[in-house]
Amino acid sequence: MINFSHDHAIKDEWQEQRLFNRRAWIGLLIVGLCLLTLLARYVWLQIFAFDSFSTRSESNRVAVRPVVPNRGMIYDRRGRVIAENQPAYRLEIVPEKVAGKSAGLTALLDELSILIALSEDDRKSFHKSRRNYRVFDSVPVKFNLSEEEVARFAVNRHRFHGADVVPYLSRNYPYGELLTHVIGYTGRLDADDLVAVDEGNYRGTRTIGKIGVEQFRERELHGTSGFERVETNASGRVLNVLERQDAIPGTDLVLSIDVAVQRAAWDALGDRPGSVVAIDPVDGSVIALVSRPAYDPNAFIHGISQRAYNNILMAPGRPLFNRALKGGYEPGSTLKPFVGLAGLEMGLVTPQTQVFSSGKFYIEGYSRPYRDHKDTGHGWVNMGTALEQSVNTYFYQLAMDLGIDRMHDYLSQFGFGAVTGIDIPGEGKGLLPSREWKRIAHEEPWYPGETVIAGIGQGFNVVTPLQLANAVAALVNGGTRYAPRLLYATKMAGVERAKRVKAPVELQIPVRDQQDWQAVLGGMDRVVNGLRGTAKGIAVDARYRMAGKTGTAQVYQLAEDKLTDDSEVAQHLRDHALFIAFAPVQAPRIAVAVVVDHGGAGSTAAAPVARATLDAWLDQEIEQELQP
Amino acid sequence: MKRLLPAWVGAPRLDPVLLSLLMLIIGFGLVVLYSASGQNMVVVKQQVARLGFGLVVMLVISQVPPRVLKAWTPWLYGIGIVMLLATWVLGVGRGTQRWLDLGLLRFQPSELMKLAVPMMVAWYLHPKVLPPTWKAVGIALGILLIPTLLIARQPDLGTALLVAASGIFTLYLAGLRWRVLFGFAGMATAAAPVLWLVMKEYQRNRVRTFLNPEADPLGHGWNIIQSKIAVGSGGLTGKGWLNGTQSHLEFVPERHTDFILAVLSEEFGLIGVILLMLVYLLLVARGLYVASIARDTGARLLAGALSLTFFVYVLVNGGMVSGVLPVVGVPLPLISYGGTSAVTLLAGFGMMMSIYGHRKFIR
Repeated sequence: MINFSHDHAIKDEWQEQRLFNRRAWIGLLIVGLCLLTLLARYVWLQIFAFDSFSTRSESNRVAVRPVVPNRGMIYDRRGRVIAENQPAYRLEIVPEKVAGKSAGLTALLDELSILIALSEDDRKSFHKSRRNYRVFDSVPVKFNLSEEEVARFAVNRHRFHGADVVPYLSRNYPYGELLTHVIGYTGRLDADDLVAVDEGNYRGTRTIGKIGVEQFRERELHGTSGFERVETNASGRVLNVLERQDAIPGTDLVLSIDVAVQRAAWDALGDRPGSVVAIDPVDGSVIALVSRPAYDPNAFIHGISQRAYNNILMAPGRPLFNRALKGGYEPGSTLKPFVGLAGLEMGLVTPQTQVFSSGKFYIEGYSRPYRDHKDTGHGWVNMGTALEQSVNTYFYQLAMDLGIDRMHDYLSQFGFGAVTGIDIPGEGKGLLPSREWKRIAHEEPWYPGETVIAGIGQGFNVVTPLQLANAVAALVNGGTRYAPRLLYATKMAGVERAKRVKAPVELQIPVRDQQDWQAVLGGMDRVVNGLRGTAKGIAVDARYRMAGKTGTAQVYQLAEDKLTDDSEVAQHLRDHALFIAFAPVQAPRIAVAVVVDHGGAGSTAAAPVARATLDAWLDQEIEQELQP
Repeated sequence: MKRLLPAWVGAPRLDPVLLSLLMLIIGFGLVVLYSASGQNMVVVKQQVARLGFGLVVMLVISQVPPRVLKAWTPWLYGIGIVMLLATWVLGVGRGTQRWLDLGLLRFQPSELMKLAVPMMVAWYLHPKVLPPTWKAVGIALGILLIPTLLIARQPDLGTALLVAASGIFTLYLAGLRWRVLFGFAGMATAAAPVLWLVMKEYQRNRVRTFLNPEADPLGHGWNIIQSKIAVGSGGLTGKGWLNGTQSHLEFVPERHTDFILAVLSEEFGLIGVILLMLVYLLLVARGLYVASIARDTGARLLAGALSLTFFVYVLVNGGMVSGVLPVVGVPLPLISYGGTSAVTLLAGFGMMMSIYGHRKFIR
């Protein structure tokens, strides 16, 4: 069939050879032309566009990456680590590398959850934070993976394109809730946080101090970011470091908190909501600052789920609320030593001045009685006995003699009605009433009856436990009021010795007569050690001599003549129990304020807490002194 | 003396010029591959083994006289067609049906067709009076279109293109009239929209990317953009062997296979590219010379067509790497790693050497 064409023509071999040669030459010519065209393209790329491609190649290759400084460690006064950085692993996903948009991501998360436990919250927060990142950034999915999870992922890594497990340093608070209200915590850095800091220094940082010391000392703790110019491959993996400027680690902080004292106060409070603040009157450093209930700060480090947050928010006793710092309480009888000192220093009374307590006190011209604790009265009392037995009548009379404005002016020297200036944020101001204040706040004149109850710390008076402790410190150290400090020392990276940080003196309260101050301190000594002291017996077997003052803050104004029995009153309507204390009496090394919310009487609910706190502090001091 | 072996087995018939040009390319190719594979000796050794096998195939075929090759031609072509049909039914491979699993050996029938199609068209045109008649052209077109379409539907556009080109070059060298040639070209252009409709989505994406790579720089455009950066940043003299950052940092994809020319361009610069292209051109010229001194029409057409087809590899790969042609899977001949293409190419050169060995002796 194919040979059919032979019939029509005869093959001319020479003619065909010539035809072929012609075609071959033309073919070679076309090949040459095509090659020249192709080479022209290469000439354009490699000669004329060389600069531009060279630049693009360089920028492909080199990336500048921030080097995150290690956050400063935090220690307590005795060198215990209370905030540290732990190596940990987190799961990250680069959404862009995951095929199939949202459905692909969901599928990937499903697959991953076989290896790594992913809760519904993890997924939700991943999708939420995804919006804050660029598509080619890696978005954290789960922090703090267990070793098993890391190992399981490592074996299966090839199956998960776009997902990776990366190492990082995770903040950890070994003492958990015990120190939350002091240290605070670090949480995920968000856009709002960046406004307050140097953004350049935070380019690689993922967390920032949210409250407490972590927030207040953010600048010192964070350190200075470094950078490195690295050679990366197409998938962003670092192959080579070309240049590196190391980060300067954050400053290590030593807090004046003594974890042993903090723990003793915490345990002594038990499950009751309340707070304890202990200050060293010698230097204004804070030894303990407890607020119960608290919460585990470690839960907040990687961003807390809404449900877990709600659980804390709604928990009984409001764990998020820092009572020691912002809790406003009526000081009650704990204000009496300060009112007494005001009277003495103003020359209205002497330590020997006697006042008769009949059980009821009347303002001239009024019929309303102001009662003593004892219906039958305490009889003739002076400053010492008045404090020992907490005799209201003595202080009703003294308040009337002082008048509200003089009382306000004198007490404000001890820091009442104003922030103490402690070095963590969120402090409450309390309230120290005056005629002026009432006119502005209530648009009402001052009534004499309000002066009377102000004399025993009731009425408008509001103090925070921190204010109370700081005022006691100033009272027992001869009138030096510090702005209390939690920061005790700093240790910069690369520096051998820690640098001591001293609390600034806010005010040196003038002392008119040393005897006046001694009379008040003596009265407080009798509260604990006197035969009729309201906190008698609290110091049994103590290795030091302590002094104090009980107080009760009214929560519910009971009908005047009704006898009250605490057990009849619902828990949330019971009075707050207060106690202030200091020790040793001769040379005070600690001043304490204790508030037990709805604890009832200060002597039974609050005083034992103070005792436990003093023990924890002073027993160590005594042990140290005993050792040569 | 009685011979134990067939008469055509004798002293090696090798073209020293073709052989030296081939060895030059292969040697340079291995040097580039060492760099492109990230200095992976395993890859280089595999390639040496593959090329060694190819060279043995070349040597064996070069000893087979053209008339024996001619006698095998219809069988080879027929087997090739049967196997292409078999891949349709039994094919294995990632999404595409290119491979035929023959137990121990996995084989790409389309590679066989790169040789069988020009052989068959030459075989068919050999006894015809040239330039071919309309009828002869029609039958020749049928011979080349059937395998081309079978390969295109695998889908493997690159190979289909090369197979079609080899057949058309045979026709062209046989003296196909220019106006017919241009007519086909015109028809092909007119058929382009139809082609678009039958193309798979990934093929369309390749064309879209070719037209505008920057539209999707991190997706489909990535290959071509990174390849162009590699080429362009090489400059006149290149970054030096083993110093191509684009390649070594894995920005260039497929860098030791289809895009190895990007590595070469980056590390050896324009000078390296020009030298390589010069060697390729010499190889093609030598191939056409061998064809011109072939003893008969069939051998002449086959050698010429193989030479020109070889150059299509160079042109398409060079155009693809520099971004002037869409990305189709055509390797840089004898340099790209892997594939059965190196073996096929060397088998083709074996035929050319056989033709050279049985050339006609003028004067």
